[in-house]
Amino acid sequence: MTKEMLKGNVAIAEAAVRAGLNAYFGYPITPQTELLEYLSARMPELGRAFVQAESELGAVNMVYGAACTGARVLSSSSSPGISLMMEGISYIYGTEIPVVLVDVMRGGPGLGNIAPAQADYNQIVHGGGHGDMHPIVLAPANVQEAIDITYNAFDLAEKYRTIVVILADGSLGQIMEPAELPEMKPLLMRQPDWATYGAEGRPKRFLSSINIDPAKHEIFNIRMEQRWQKIIANEIRFKEYYLDDAKYAVVAFGTSGRIALSAVRSARAKGIPVGLFRPVSLAPFPEQALYELSKRLEGLLVVEMNNGQMLEDVIKITRHQTPIDFYARTGGIVPMPEEIEAAILRMVEEPVNTTEHPRDRWLARLSQELIGGS
Amino acid sequence: MVQAALEEQIVYSRPESFTAVQTHYCPGCTHGTAHRLVAEVIDEMEIREKTVGVASVGCSVFAYNYFNMDFVQAPHGRAPAMATGVKRVLPDRFVFTYQGDGDLASIGMGEIVAAAARGENITVIFINNANYGMTGGQMAPTTLPGQQTSSSPNGRDVEVMGFPIRTAELLSTLDGASYVVRRSLHDPKNIRMAKKAIRMAFETQKQGLGFSMVELLSVCPTNWGMTPYQANQWVQSAMVPYYPLNDFKVHPALANFRV
Amino acid sequence: MQTEIIIAGFGGQGVLFAGQVLAYAAMDQGMHVTWIPSYGPEMRGGTANCTVVISDEEIGSPIVSRPTVVVAMNKPSLDKYENMVKTGGVFIVNQSMVDREVERKDIHSVMVPANEIAEEIGDKRMTNMVMLGALLANLNILPVDAVEKALKDHLPVKHHKLLPANRQALEKGSSFIAAPVS
Ligand SMILES: Cc1ncc(C[n+]2csc(CCOP(=O)(O)OP(=O)(O)O)c2C)c(N)n1
Ligand code: SF4
Repeated sequence: MTKEMLKGNVAIAEAAVRAGLNAYFGYPITPQTELLEYLSARMPELGRAFVQAESELGAVNMVYGAACTGARVLSSSSSPGISLMMEGISYIYGTEIPVVLVDVMRGGPGLGNIAPAQADYNQIVHGGGHGDMHPIVLAPANVQEAIDITYNAFDLAEKYRTIVVILADGSLGQIMEPAELPEMKPLLMRQPDWATYGAEGRPKRFLSSINIDPAKHEIFNIRMEQRWQKIIANEIRFKEYYLDDAKYAVVAFGTSGRIALSAVRSARAKGIPVGLFRPVSLAPFPEQALYELSKRLEGLLVVEMNNGQMLEDVIKITRHQTPIDFYARTGGIVPMPEEIEAAILRMVEEPVNTTEHPRDRWLARLSQELIGGS
Repeated sequence: MVQAALEEQIVYSRPESFTAVQTHYCPGCTHGTAHRLVAEVIDEMEIREKTVGVASVGCSVFAYNYFNMDFVQAPHGRAPAMATGVKRVLPDRFVFTYQGDGDLASIGMGEIVAAAARGENITVIFINNANYGMTGGQMAPTTLPGQQTSSSPNGRDVEVMGFPIRTAELLSTLDGASYVVRRSLHDPKNIRMAKKAIRMAFETQKQGLGFSMVELLSVCPTNWGMTPYQANQWVQSAMVPYYPLNDFKVHPALANFRV
Repeated sequence: MQTEIIIAGFGGQGVLFAGQVLAYAAMDQGMHVTWIPSYGPEMRGGTANCTVVISDEEIGSPIVSRPTVVVAMNKPSLDKYENMVKTGGVFIVNQSMVDREVERKDIHSVMVPANEIAEEIGDKRMTNMVMLGALLANLNILPVDAVEKALKDHLPVKHHKLLPANRQALEKGSSFIAAPVS
């Protein structure tokens, strides 16, 4: 196969098509819209289902219904639309239905703006709606990774009968890079042994998230938690760069991860032994690997495009084995490599006081810089 | 010969309900026209300081910059609910929403139907431009059969994508709705008629008669890929036949009111 | 080796397309490349720019604050980017759309009357290709041939009748070589 220049949004859409997508339901929202627009032409051309729903609320419940039949189903949106989907996401999880969702994050809270951000981390990684929930969350940093993740996401969702969220951002949605698309899988109409597609020649089935009896619901929750243990054991993914001889590391995912890579390289060129740890699965988070790494480091710098949502997880995971520093831009501002490099140099030159919360230092500095005063 | 100094007469000026800023709308877009009509009506009724506007999500999201009065800005589709909140705690204020067709008739269909059914004493200015302007011209509930948009690239196929919604007709079936009409902004005569309707809608609210809505056929030259002139012609030739300009519901108490 | 290029101008000047052609050519040469546009609620004209990063290894950041090369297609871009070009970098300015010279002396700058050249060729839409030709001549990482081939391979067939004009534009543009840094 040869490489093509592909835009992130379009690449994700085509990878899903090639993974055997039976149906897509979505609603326009920038910076995700090309994904929907692409499929509005591509799906009918292949004789597959495409519906522009009346809202994200409609879209997620169309997904719910279609996925109950055993079909491979996708929806995509961006932060405000994902917020609207929360009810459906929780119901889908509570019904144990495999579904793949794409969140191309933008600046929030509220209507915010359409620039790239990573502030849905908590809403997706620690949320996905009410109740005890663990969607699988994968965060690609480049177009090829986005394709590979999307292509395998359906198998993953079906293997564990759960929700897989591909957490991208406006930058990954809009970027074009050479990438290779996988082969077109044959289109199947799957009939898994839990699905409701008509009880011809078999006892009837029903799919619901209701569990009126708390004792039964408790058993369900325990069973799902056991399943999560399996997912933790099997599905953790991360990328390491220049960590072999590193004394310091940057921890960052998705777009901030790839920007940090540039910063790490230029800091290395100045002789600083720094590497990059880039979690690809945010849920399950590569906890053990990060913990082991932190034990041999002199400092960690967490970089995000939010006010420090993953930071809390990193603090918890590393159990104060190593001093942690934090750098972020938020609200749709993307950090430049130079800013991250400066934060790396600061981490090395002014080792931090471990009793202080890393966010406090960052907030004080950024407030000074952007708002002024004291 | 001594010429008498010509007396200066102001025949046209910016309504007080308008701020002195340039709008962000595309050249030829009738969002600006609709804004102006609303501002003129509010001036004429002298209710500027007693009015709270509710902006929606769409190209008119920044309407609060252009109207010189208090404004809030609702989540996508939720303006009628937010307006209800404002009106219920401030019943003596004038409350209006300004919504596009994606906002009102797609994601917000639940809220608008519920507000009209409750007979909520608010005024709704509804811009029907047959597509989603802000996000780049996708299909809206109002997109005409066969119309090409960026999410119906082969034209709206009603077999798969369903039929357009005639919102004014639909809402006029609700007992709570007191004044529901459709007008168009494609030429001066129709613009004058649109203004009268907007006045009637605010009068409905003033008299406490309940829900009022003016649907305005509007152009989106940018996403339609037309010049403003062609776009206005298209409203007349394609939209008006599908969306007849009419009074669908007029409360009897309004029958004798003349603007 | 990594080269970062920003192409900026008004929407409608073919800024994003010029960047894409460059990216295609780099890909065809087996290089790593990223193309990323500025995007905003800019349905309504306004400015547009894209950043192209070309490298021989996996690319980290697709955005840069100190680009190696900037192509400024209009006055706002001249003003905005003059101070951002890396010292010793290249700054290519569309002379037809600006009313001043480049002030910085520590960068290679060149003024290209791209609108006039495009009009001479007989197609105003070729302005971006004239500028791209100048960029290639001053950059030395991709031959003009590679870009011509990229155009042929990636331009939709219905636009292939424009290929000769594109080639002419690229060639005319490539005769503008920046003066050495003084
Ligand atoms: C929950 C949510 N979904 C999607 C969007 C993206 N969005 C912004 S404006 C818009 C459509 C606006 O179209 P319309 O109401 O017809 O107004 P117009 O722009 O045409 O004036 C959409 C879908 C959003 N802001 N919030
Ligand atoms: S995109 Fe359409 S609706 Fe929006 S401002 Fe432009 S012409 Fe008006």
